[in-house]
Amino acid sequence: MTREMTGAEMVIQALKDQGVDTIFGYPGGAVLPIYDEIIQQDGLEHILVRHEQGAGHAAEGYARSTGKPGVALVTSGPGATNMVTALTDAMLDSIPLVCISGQVPTHLIGNDAFQECDTVGITRPCTKHNWLVRNVDDLPRIHHEAFYVATSGRPGPVVVDIPKDVQFATGTYQGPTPNPAAAHKSYRPQVKGDAASIRMAAEMMAAAKRPILYTGGGVINSGPQATQLLRELVSLTGFPITSTLMGLGAYPASGDNWLGMLGMHGTYEANMAMHDCDLMINIGARFDDRITGRTDAFSPGSKKIHIDIDPSSINKTINADLPIIGDVGHVLEDLVRIWRSSSLKADAAAMKEWWTQIDAWRARNSLAYKPNNDVIMPQYAIQRLYELTTHRKTFVSTEVGQHQMWAAQFYGFEEPNRWLTSGGLGTMGYGLPAAIGAQVAHRDALCVDIAGDASILMNIQDMSTAVHYRLPVKVFILNNQYMGMVRQWQQLLHGNRLSHSYTESLPDFVKLAEAYGGVGFRVEKPGDLDGAIEEMIAVDRPVLFDCRVAALANCFPMIPSGKAHNEMLLPDEANDEAVANAISAEGKSLV
Amino acid sequence: MNAQNVNAPSAYFLAEVSNEIETHTLSLIVDNEPGVLARVIGLFSGRGYNIDSLTVSETEHEKHLSRITIVTTGTPMIIEQIRHQLDRLVPVHRVTDLTVRARRLNQDKPLERELALVKVVGDGNKRLEALRLADAFKATVIDATTEHFVFEITGRTSKIEQFISIMKPLGLVEVSRTGVAAVQRGSEGL
Repeated sequence: MTREMTGAEMVIQALKDQGVDTIFGYPGGAVLPIYDEIIQQDGLEHILVRHEQGAGHAAEGYARSTGKPGVALVTSGPGATNMVTALTDAMLDSIPLVCISGQVPTHLIGNDAFQECDTVGITRPCTKHNWLVRNVDDLPRIHHEAFYVATSGRPGPVVVDIPKDVQFATGTYQGPTPNPAAAHKSYRPQVKGDAASIRMAAEMMAAAKRPILYTGGGVINSGPQATQLLRELVSLTGFPITSTLMGLGAYPASGDNWLGMLGMHGTYEANMAMHDCDLMINIGARFDDRITGRTDAFSPGSKKIHIDIDPSSINKTINADLPIIGDVGHVLEDLVRIWRSSSLKADAAAMKEWWTQIDAWRARNSLAYKPNNDVIMPQYAIQRLYELTTHRKTFVSTEVGQHQMWAAQFYGFEEPNRWLTSGGLGTMGYGLPAAIGAQVAHRDALCVDIAGDASILMNIQDMSTAVHYRLPVKVFILNNQYMGMVRQWQQLLHGNRLSHSYTESLPDFVKLAEAYGGVGFRVEKPGDLDGAIEEMIAVDRPVLFDCRVAALANCFPMIPSGKAHNEMLLPDEANDEAVANAISAEGKSLV
Repeated sequence: MNAQNVNAPSAYFLAEVSNEIETHTLSLIVDNEPGVLARVIGLFSGRGYNIDSLTVSETEHEKHLSRITIVTTGTPMIIEQIRHQLDRLVPVHRVTDLTVRARRLNQDKPLERELALVKVVGDGNKRLEALRLADAFKATVIDATTEHFVFEITGRTSKIEQFISIMKPLGLVEVSRTGVAAVQRGSEGL
């Protein structure tokens, strides 16, 4: 389709042609022409957030829960700089995000004009790619390329910066090309894995005595088919499986072969199995430092297969014995086909022995906590929330901190795309806007943000967005009046000197909810919890749920900084002395 | 980033990397568009990689392609990372590690040259000595007064370094260098 239109019209047309139905944004001087088009059209819903960072995270929540790219629209200067955190977040977690920003008119660029900033300069390191559109005739091509770059290969955020005069200018619009990968001059990521390598992987798997599947966010990003294939592979081989924070839900938590999450706050069985395995099959994960612990003691006796679409993930921190570059879904498809069609089988006797060992680790019950009849234990609160919501279509987002780790440990995910959390960047303030994004995409679903009392205040303003658009998101606050994870680290590293990790004057969350036009709950006794959660679910409005939990509970098990997988601090061993001495002098400089 | 972790790929990395530091010459073909050089340089500074030398110019005008030549140092693992990270940039068409290619072809090094303009001020014997040495190095005089010479010299980095250090006691006042341009030996093109 080719026709004359203004730059602002092109933006809307290109979004529609890319199949976008929702954008999250905030108007301002440099995007007014685009906003003027938004109000004169149907088919593209705009959600007005209360802070640009919220637009970014809401778009991330939308993207993560749907598998489609999220779109945000912001103005120049502060609008763009407020997006930086969300862009970086999407960069580290590989979330497809298209951010359109307004810019001062071309002739004012470089003049320190009002609300001018070097948006492409500022966002260069926190995007997969970005563009400054200097000519209206380039706008359609760049727009479509932006969607291609954001969604193909390893997904990520992109920024299209459009000066105001370009939005007003008239040019010729062209629709998207049918095959952008073939048309692109330089960016053509490899999706199909090398056949010989996949065959070798299958042979290594058949020969393994103590194998483990270590999966990550790449499985989710690859789409529902990858999840299906992963489940098929597990049932074909009988291998144990663990996942990173970002990969939860790809394999169901109720599945027999599930070991729970691995890493710093992962289960004992997952980390011990990673340490002692003889074959590690990394599928769409990146050996992040929260996963490996100290790299020189990481799984010393294993061969490692690494499946990743991004060649720069290979050998970045951990050497791969067999790298396979490609999309997880494509590689798994080939792997499952080869496994089925050949005479390859898992070593049954060895597997029996391996599972006996794993069951012994499981019996350690590393997530155990002391129940309490008077005070709500945070773990108990998550368990109850899980039990009372698991039969529904539920999307769970989180903020960052102890509550996030407890959610990952105690909320069992059965499906992909239901778990929205800030893994790589660890962004407090992510959860509420992300839940809003998920709720916009799934109006009939239950969207819960598991939050902490500190994190929720970082983007609390978007309660107003939720009320405005009748998005009944439920903010489930584990309120211990501390920045719990900061305090936990101060106990571990800094002689229990709790520097600025206690919040003196928290707002009254019930009144706060009401002030925004939502509904507030406060629960202080374990006996009242179930009833209140059920009431919360039944309410058809946004909720702030102030769940008062044991103030000093800490998050275990934990691999202390500078330690290996087999040196975990377990909950029943974590007395004050063990906590104070858990981290060596060397480990203290690490994050 | 604190000093002890400068080369650490992970916050948890405690052990010293035992791999030896190598110098490699990378050749990049990129779209000649605004910001492309900033992307390349930003990647090096953002991830803590070294740039010993960087040269850039448009080499194919009709396709708007530029060639960037980077000389960098690091362990083999880091250099492999650099190559993949560069390849990930959208406007980068191709990254070639010329040092690795030369090794595969059993060659010592790729062909590498740089050009320097060297200004030397002096009189009497020093002036004569500077001129004699320039002749020995096949440097040419491209500007002169009774007080100074400007020499143009082309060669491998080691030759340029040597020439400059010899000129120091003879009245060296200014040096401008292009950085390394490099191609693979033999008939094969990139």
